[in-house]
Amino acid sequence: MPHIQLPEQLPGISSAFAFRPETAKPLRELAHILLHEPNSLSQGERELIATYVSSLNDCYFCQTSHGAAASCHLGDIEVVKQVYADVEHAPISEKLKRLLVIAGQVQRGGKQVTRAAVEAAREHGATDIEIHDAVLIAAAFCMYNRYVDGLATWQPRNESMYAEMGAHLAREGYKTPSIRP
Amino acid sequence: MPHINLPEGLQGIRAAMAFRPETAKPLNELVEVLLHAPNSLTPGERELIATYVSSLNDCYFCQTVHGAIAAAHLDGDEELVLRVKADFAHAAISEKLKALLVIAGKVQKGGKHVTTADVEGARKAGATDVEIHDTVLIAAAFCMYNRYVDGLDTWQPHDEELYRQRGRKTAEEGYVTMSREYLPQTK
Repeated sequence: MPHIQLPEQLPGISSAFAFRPETAKPLRELAHILLHEPNSLSQGERELIATYVSSLNDCYFCQTSHGAAASCHLGDIEVVKQVYADVEHAPISEKLKRLLVIAGQVQRGGKQVTRAAVEAAREHGATDIEIHDAVLIAAAFCMYNRYVDGLATWQPRNESMYAEMGAHLAREGYKTPSIRP
Repeated sequence: MPHINLPEGLQGIRAAMAFRPETAKPLNELVEVLLHAPNSLTPGERELIATYVSSLNDCYFCQTVHGAIAAAHLDGDEELVLRVKADFAHAAISEKLKALLVIAGKVQKGGKHVTTADVEGARKAGATDVEIHDTVLIAAAFCMYNRYVDGLDTWQPHDEELYRQRGRKTAEEGYVTMSREYLPQTK
């Protein structure tokens, strides 16, 4: 049961958004810019960063819904699973691997990001904006994950629900609700 | 030196926000709603939560600037801000705020650390659901802002008077208005 009286039948962050629309607006907009708007990193790559950080933070709702969005973009859930299990051997670009290393450091704490990790990303072609966005996506998911679990939101184990949400997120982005009660 | 080529002469999050104004907009709007907009928790109380979490995350820029904003809201009481950071259980704040700071500290460690007993404790001290929600989200949001500021290795000069002055101005004007000082004016 959630720690506070959240609207029923809405899973995860959707219930917190419905509870407090004033904060939902900038939270949705931030996710939309970071994950959905045009960027030199593809939507699939950015969703993988979000999914990876959410798995490090052990947030079931976020890693499953963003994993579903990533697999929609990439046409393949296997890549997502391989990224969880072992970034270094996943079938993704070297640049994305280096950005995931930075994201993992941010997850532990901002000061954990090393100059060497940033240099390695740059050597594999990452631009300053891509490094910035990897840092901010990772930081933002350290927020979203804590928000979702800190309120003990309802997070049903229902794969088809997450697949539908992922498809909606991949298609429409984050400005409007991806699920209705 | 910052990890990426950020605009020079801007401290902490300001440099990152000026570098990427698209994300600065919702980041400023979020902090405006959480810390500055009218709320049953006073701006001083909410700034203390932000300062406390930033000190747990060891972010110099955030804890100093939000500590200064908190003090500005609290009649300039910088001692109280230091006390909350060091040992809030014995600080001269309400029992409700103490209970909310316990929740904020749990969120800083991870969302799953928040217990039903923590939430019951806050409720017994008079906290409403919106206040508990906002505490969780303020703490979560500062786990983002702190990582953003330190993860880019932004310039954070140790200049207390600068933060004191900015704290007074931000306490008065809020975050969105203040952002016009450093964001490129496009529209």
